[in-house]
Amino acid sequence: MRISISAENRPIAIASLFIVVILLAGTAYTLSTTGTAPLLSPRYLLQLLQTGSFLGICAAGMMMVILLGHIDLSIPWTLTAAAMTATAVGGDMALPTALAVGLAVGLLNGFGVAYLRIPSMIFTLGVDTVLRGLMVAQTGGFAPQDSATPLMLFLAKDRLLGIPVAIFVWAAVSIVIAVILTRTGFGRSIYATGSREGAAFLSGIRTRFVIVGAFVMSSLCASLAGVLLTGYSAKAYQGMGNAFLLPAIAAVVLGGTHILGGRGRYSGTLVGVILIVLLNSVLSIMQMPEAGRQIIYGAVIIGMLLVYGRNQRVTS
Amino acid sequence: MRGTNLKRWLLQNVGFGTALLLLAVLYISYNMMHPRGFSSAVAVQNANETAAIAFVAMAQTLPVLLGGLDLSVGAVMTLTSCIASHLVSGSPAQILLGMVLTLLSGTAFGLMNGLIVVYGRIQPIIATLATGAVAVGLALLVRPKPGGDVDGDLNWALTNSVFDFADTYGLADGGNAWWLRPIANVPVPVILVALIAILVWVPFRRSVTGRTVYAIGSAEGPAFMSGLPIHRAKIAAFTMGGFFAACGGLYLAIQTSSGNADIQQAGAYTLNSIAAVVLGGTSLLGGIGSAIGSIVGAMILRVISFYFRILDIDPLLQPLIEGVVLLVAVSFGAFRTLRVKNKLDLFR
Repeated sequence: MRISISAENRPIAIASLFIVVILLAGTAYTLSTTGTAPLLSPRYLLQLLQTGSFLGICAAGMMMVILLGHIDLSIPWTLTAAAMTATAVGGDMALPTALAVGLAVGLLNGFGVAYLRIPSMIFTLGVDTVLRGLMVAQTGGFAPQDSATPLMLFLAKDRLLGIPVAIFVWAAVSIVIAVILTRTGFGRSIYATGSREGAAFLSGIRTRFVIVGAFVMSSLCASLAGVLLTGYSAKAYQGMGNAFLLPAIAAVVLGGTHILGGRGRYSGTLVGVILIVLLNSVLSIMQMPEAGRQIIYGAVIIGMLLVYGRNQRVTS
Repeated sequence: MRGTNLKRWLLQNVGFGTALLLLAVLYISYNMMHPRGFSSAVAVQNANETAAIAFVAMAQTLPVLLGGLDLSVGAVMTLTSCIASHLVSGSPAQILLGMVLTLLSGTAFGLMNGLIVVYGRIQPIIATLATGAVAVGLALLVRPKPGGDVDGDLNWALTNSVFDFADTYGLADGGNAWWLRPIANVPVPVILVALIAILVWVPFRRSVTGRTVYAIGSAEGPAFMSGLPIHRAKIAAFTMGGFFAACGGLYLAIQTSSGNADIQQAGAYTLNSIAAVVLGGTSLLGGIGSAIGSIVGAMILRVISFYFRILDIDPLLQPLIEGVVLLVAVSFGAFRTLRVKNKLDLFR
């Protein structure tokens, strides 16, 4: 019997398979060195998902933008700016402040890409630099309050029913994004605009609104991740978002979303995030030095894409 | 007749022309405000700080002309500077061999990028994202801790004026020969960048392969149907990118006499190279622009930061001003939307 998997689901299936392979390889390693299998314990897996939730939320937002064929390079400092402003305001207004920062950045990005028609690659890069400048100027000379509020600590560290709250937040974001992408007109417009913006425009989709909307979603996700990360590390600090940009792009692409837009499923992004977080975690359990980690990380991305991410040959 | 030629050139190179004008205005007013402006010392210092990013911007140009992007240029530069910090020392022959090996390793890495993009058929941006990680990993293997040993004479000769270069190696009567006079005060890095541009970039651009790079960026399908060697052109573009990045890495190693596998630095160079390419009038959509423009773009980026030294600006505001200038500069591209007659042309 031959199992047939549609082209859309192939990346997801293969990536899931690879997750199992990493888990088994890691377990074999720990069994041979210490004789235990901590990788398969629920505690470890929950911990993994908890630390993966920051990347997962960033990647969820990034996916909306990549589906349009654009990219959001402003994620690192959107995340940081939201977290730093939120902690500086503090109190009950911290979370709304963070989201407001995200909304403002998203609107700015969307305006530049959709209305000014500047390539997203360079415009979001510029916005990222400006945000970094703003944060340096804000914190320079005096130190604003930077400790996490109780709500942030609760969201990132506490557990409900034995499951970290951060996982619930990630799950909620995932459900919202998945519903938007599959069940709403906005979601369909994103796919249509990403496939061919001219055609989408001619069929009556207000593509500029769609682009602005996707960038707003991306920045909102980044700011939410910033809030969670602040809670997790108990404070906001400069450069806290730097480690999330490239892994977020990699996770989205590994999950089968086409980098030029128009194709991809949210479940793929979920799998991609888990794959990357798990890979990182197993490599650190193996005490792999940074050099080896970077090489393996790059090789895995290339290898996976060679298996299922290849483009059509250009023939006309 | 001449007048119309110039007019046509300007119309075809609006971006590059604007960049050149902007650079001239910025740099001349910088020198007028500088207490020791228009002197060789200032030029030497500025050129030293610009050379590496100029090379990396050239490296980024070719993939961008294809309509792609190379996120590994900064990492390749870091890798090659780490390699150079081991190899570029010893006897003159060893130094020369070390330099050649450094350039070869960068070129080989670029070739690998090209092969992955062409035969693996993976989008350049994501393929180079991954190979960039590999390059940084290799750099960490080559040089786990910052440091290195680069020939001191070479460092002195290549980071000063042409006179000092000749003086160091006893060429042209120790730098006093009459024919060296006119260029004696020119910084060596300027000569190096110009030489590489003239000897490598210009012939490449005029070759069939180079023109095919432009054709692919404009429209890949028609380029293929016209029988142009699109595979060869793509591989060549990434290989050249690796070579230019290696030039940058080699220069950085000689300039700092060391290598440092710094991930942040690699990322910063990559992002700055994209900014430089765009400032230099190259379209991110591909098909329009040149490496010369990218050199100008890189110089604009650097000149902006030079201003902070002579103007009394709060250092804490510097990143903000740099960011705003970059954002405003690229936003000038929005004027294109005003000239578009058919709205559908916006959606390319």
